[in-house]
Amino acid sequence: MDLDIVELSRLQFAATVMYHFLFVPLTLGLSVIVAIMETVYVMTGRPIWRQMTKFWGMLFGINFALGVATGITMEFQFGMNWSYFSHYVGDIFGAPLALEGLMAFFLEATFVGLFFFGWDKLSKVAHLTVAWLVAIGSNFSALWILIANGWMQNPVGAEFNPDTMRMELTSFYEVMFNSVAQAKFVHTVSAGYVTAAVFVLGVSAWYMLKGRHIELARRSITVAASFGLASALSVVLLGDESGYDVSHNQKMKMAAIEGMWETEPAPAPFNLIGFPDMEARETHYAVKIPWLMGLIGTRSLTTEIPGINELVAESEDRIRSGIIAYDALMAIREARDATPPAVRAVFEDHGGNLGYALLLKRYLDDPREASEEQIKQAADDTVPNVWPLFWAFRIMVGLGFGFVAVMAYFFWRSSFRKQVYPRWALWGAVAIIPAPWIAAELGWIVAEYGRQPWTVDGVLPTALSVSHLSVADLLLTLAGFMIFYTILFVVEMSLMLKYIRRGPVEDVEETEIWTARHEHRLRTTDGKDPFAATTTE
Amino acid sequence: MILHELISYDVLRVIWWLLLGVLLIGFALTDGFDMGVGVLLPFVAKTDIERRIAINTIGPVWEGNQVWFILGGGAIFAAWPPLYAVSFSGFYLAMFVILAALIVRPVAFKYRSKRDDARWRNTWDWALFAGGAVPALIFGVAVGNVLQGVPFELTDDLFSRYEGAFHAKFAGLLNPFALLAGLVSLAMLTTHGAAWLSLKAEGPVAARARVFGTWCGIATIAGYALAGLWLAVGIDGYALVGEAAVNGPSNPLYSEVLRTESWLAAYAVRPWITLAPALGFLGMVMAVLGLRAGREGTTLLWSKLGIFGAISSVGLTMFPFILPSSLDPRSSLTVWDASSSHQTLFVMLIATVIFMPIILAYTAWVYRVLWGKVTEADVTDSGSAY
Repeated sequence: MDLDIVELSRLQFAATVMYHFLFVPLTLGLSVIVAIMETVYVMTGRPIWRQMTKFWGMLFGINFALGVATGITMEFQFGMNWSYFSHYVGDIFGAPLALEGLMAFFLEATFVGLFFFGWDKLSKVAHLTVAWLVAIGSNFSALWILIANGWMQNPVGAEFNPDTMRMELTSFYEVMFNSVAQAKFVHTVSAGYVTAAVFVLGVSAWYMLKGRHIELARRSITVAASFGLASALSVVLLGDESGYDVSHNQKMKMAAIEGMWETEPAPAPFNLIGFPDMEARETHYAVKIPWLMGLIGTRSLTTEIPGINELVAESEDRIRSGIIAYDALMAIREARDATPPAVRAVFEDHGGNLGYALLLKRYLDDPREASEEQIKQAADDTVPNVWPLFWAFRIMVGLGFGFVAVMAYFFWRSSFRKQVYPRWALWGAVAIIPAPWIAAELGWIVAEYGRQPWTVDGVLPTALSVSHLSVADLLLTLAGFMIFYTILFVVEMSLMLKYIRRGPVEDVEETEIWTARHEHRLRTTDGKDPFAATTTE
Repeated sequence: MILHELISYDVLRVIWWLLLGVLLIGFALTDGFDMGVGVLLPFVAKTDIERRIAINTIGPVWEGNQVWFILGGGAIFAAWPPLYAVSFSGFYLAMFVILAALIVRPVAFKYRSKRDDARWRNTWDWALFAGGAVPALIFGVAVGNVLQGVPFELTDDLFSRYEGAFHAKFAGLLNPFALLAGLVSLAMLTTHGAAWLSLKAEGPVAARARVFGTWCGIATIAGYALAGLWLAVGIDGYALVGEAAVNGPSNPLYSEVLRTESWLAAYAVRPWITLAPALGFLGMVMAVLGLRAGREGTTLLWSKLGIFGAISSVGLTMFPFILPSSLDPRSSLTVWDASSSHQTLFVMLIATVIFMPIILAYTAWVYRVLWGKVTEADVTDSGSAY
């Protein structure tokens, strides 16, 4: 197990998945926003809403292409760079990926073509159905991949089979309704909706500032603000749900996020800010809010949340138990069906800690021969690097509350201030366009970096999960991805900006004909056109 | 849960072996013509409008077609985890090249016509060519290597190791037999693409496609026959020693494997599998005749039959082997020792039985909506065409 291979494989996975996740959240959210706009079009018949659908749909399409393309890399990378992981947990982990293909990818990919090519070939309602199927397909794919990821965080419904040297499924129901997976799904999808809402809001605000496409921009802001407010609230609330789950299932991750080294008496305080120190094992200059941590993590005033030092001691016990399991496993592998029942019973008792014994494989081939010092070292390895988690989490949460405030403000202006927006607010909306992407990537850093040293929590260490490759192979593909992805990013951004600058295709004639035909419906009692409101102050 | 014992483990394994074939064939039949059109693009379409017509014949459907490939990857992961682990890391650089091609392709489709610039468009046209030709070639090369055996071995922990470093091994993959298999695959999918273009395009594009398709079809038939001959005399086969433990645990090391004279011994044991290569030849010959005669609809169907026969002949010849090991035959993966657990196979089968018909139904509906030839007006009048 060459460490270079492990580090390079991790770097490649992190780089490609973070790149992939530049496109995913926008796909998730924009598919729904586009479908909402088309729904309004079909219900009201106003041509402007079709133009909006087509315009945002075009941007959705540019983004979608790269989301799909970079997603293929992810699916293949498990086998290419993480072949022992694939062998060890493929029996459980593979199923959601295949289901993602069956239920989600076919749906979104088959209908996305028809969405763009079907405007003249389908009735209004049929085309609207197609738009919603694309949105549902995209969101379904998030469900299945997060069930897969949720299992890596909280591996339920599976047990180790000594005959096949891998984890095998015992309950598909438990894997599917894994509480971690469900909380992650709603949190991630809502984050995608916020991303798209901020994107639509920002682009529309830019049109307002430039005095272009006012009609489209005004309506788009209304949609983005209402959709975005609901989504931002749900991100925060469901993020809290995620936190509650983490505190149950991944106590070490929770303690690391908190920078909480010692177990505090319940209800534990929350470190608002501070500077975690891995060497000294304490968090310097911590600003604490009493009670808050205990409330978020346990929703009680009496349950204790264990600190890092206590959890390390627990890991050490589990490593010792894992070594007993490993010894039994070797005996079972030798004797196979002739294994004495007593040895099987020992494995039954300690098998749950087998993964902890595998942590020792970094230091020696046979965990049974580990020295006391190596066991201590392996126990220390179970602590993830604290400060990146501590800060990534706080910035993410801060941004999350920020989105609630921004969306609430625009929702208020849109609903109660006649859709009039001050220029500073519009500039602000343009400026925060990158923020949801930052929050989403930080969220993944907390989730995945915080799971280290495991690929599957408590089951399979990252250092063991890789393929039998050479450093040269990995450097070659890593360089290939870097160059390739950079070019694609430049192309994608230039096209995105080009189409945003060009703006929507406005069919003035059609709009006028429609307005003339529906004039009676547009007049309010005071005889004024309700949509002739002023735009910017 | 004991529900999964309704279907015995060995039956489930055979079903999933068949489904693996269905997915690979489904991919070749659908995305195959997309890749074929990509290969043909620079040759059958000269002007920009001709190229746009050719691209837009597959514009609305390639994305759905490509999912057969993605689902293939997912299904191998779910139903045959050892196969996924060994082959994807074993063919490391080849997989990377395929990935690169498959990433370029969607981007080329979406971005090509978004700038009115001859050099921009020409660059993306060649990207589409590479996005079709490279995977088509490499898939064939992979099949050629699988038939010869792949140099891997499994440790007692079932970690798969390979001989030598892979950047060096990549050259080893490109041996003569594998290259022949690669060329057959490339020619076959190009023929398929020509059959599609002759159905969906008009005028000079369709006419040129028929000419190219005819020659590629003839090359496919000759290459496929040559590969069969080579397989008969030049390549050793594999066989399981003793009775296979069809319901045993999925541990390849539990079985013994030896090298045999030739894979084609299978045709003496199971004479009915001769049907597969026979259908392959029949389909390809009829496709060539159809392209010559200018028949449209039936030609595509014949070409599909040819692909079906050719791919299934490989699987049936090797049964029960899926990925033989030339380095350590005992490590070879077979249908009986490289599957998921009984329960996973059962759950996945239920999901497939429910969703596959739904997928086929809506795919058919989409093709029906898009029925008819793509004309110049379709491309120029629609704001959303590629």
